[in-house]
Amino acid sequence: MIPAEFDLLTVTSVDEAVRRLAEGGDESRVLAGGHSLIPFMKLRFAVPPVLVDINRVADLAYVRLDGDRVRVGALTRHAALAEDPVAREHLPLLSLTAGKIGDPQVRNRGTIGGAVAHADPAGEFPTVCLMLDAELVTTRRTIRSADFFLGRYTTPLAHDEILLEIVFPAAPGPHAYLKFAHNLFDWALLGVAVQQLGDGWRVGLVNLGDTPLRAAAVERALAAGASASEAAEHAAEGLTPLPALRASADYKLHLTRVLTGRALQGAGA
Amino acid sequence: MKHIVTTTVNGVVREDVVESRTLLVHYLRDTVGLTGTHVGCDTSQCGACTVQVDGQAVKACTMFAAQAEGSDVRTIESLAAGEALDPVQQAFADNHGLQCGYCTPGFIMATRALLERNPDPSDSEIREGLDGNLCRCTGYVNIVKSVRAAAQALAESNGSTT
Repeated sequence: MIPAEFDLLTVTSVDEAVRRLAEGGDESRVLAGGHSLIPFMKLRFAVPPVLVDINRVADLAYVRLDGDRVRVGALTRHAALAEDPVAREHLPLLSLTAGKIGDPQVRNRGTIGGAVAHADPAGEFPTVCLMLDAELVTTRRTIRSADFFLGRYTTPLAHDEILLEIVFPAAPGPHAYLKFAHNLFDWALLGVAVQQLGDGWRVGLVNLGDTPLRAAAVERALAAGASASEAAEHAAEGLTPLPALRASADYKLHLTRVLTGRALQGAGA
Repeated sequence: MKHIVTTTVNGVVREDVVESRTLLVHYLRDTVGLTGTHVGCDTSQCGACTVQVDGQAVKACTMFAAQAEGSDVRTIESLAAGEALDPVQQAFADNHGLQCGYCTPGFIMATRALLERNPDPSDSEIREGLDGNLCRCTGYVNIVKSVRAAAQALAESNGSTT
């Protein structure tokens, strides 16, 4: 399949990227790893007239500990994040989820900035951002995760606004991510991530709505002293997942409870 | 939009005209004439299009040729030396690691990348490490066997023991 014609502009600075996006009009888009965008373009679901390739912009790929925060550059590739020693020590949940995205070839190209800006609720990173209250730093502003994931593929980013960095709390404690998928390389049919943070637990849900979600009822139950299995009973509260080809909505709700219980028990909650 | 793209393909520097929308896999097959890299699913799943760009395994159907400007691109054709197959190719040939052969160049390129990361993978590490490649013929058993044999052969030629 061949994408529609477009103009590919390769830039070497953020300023140049913003300028080219502004000049290119409302439908111009950023090209980073391209492993969501290019497949969409090949299917002609996306027909941007201008693509601004930011892969050669320096200093956008890094993982840095900054006091009690971990700053991750938007262009950091999934493969690099999975192996990064700072991430593995101070935010291991992020390395763990990065290593479960797609397959090795996809992970060599895909970026966390692209994944977050694309806001596919079936992806892992939006959920990890939301459950950890990560902040998204763009060329114009800093946006809280709670204000960022507005809907499927919908964020407040303007077409000429670029995500530069994601700031997480350092979270070296117990954690787990269980991804339920039919194939090794697949998107999650659904997933549950848990992270011990401060004196409580954060529980995030993947692909159970149009946006990433937190299992607030589970978090509250744990805070009130419930055991992992008791708290997991609440995991499906408020969820209205769409049925999938191989999973009814009821089955997804059941899986959510089971995986939440396993994730919490596995992480020692 | 047209671009003049300068790449090194299998050690040879080239300058070619491509469109913005020309995929790397089509550039390699149609412009460079290297048809060992295959278009399989065209949806970034099957890995039949796997090549190496600047030392990393990449699905060539999910990258634009113009993005390879200044890069070192290696395809399946870079492995053999004349009639002499490289150890990974030989291992696939010796261990019946292919039937129709359509997925095989992609598997061999992905296997090389896997064994560079992990020279002595277990069977489950092999299966996970190659999960970007799909085969419809073999059921994967002989592919895993071929990769184990390739790991052994590479270790022996490096003088180490596994």
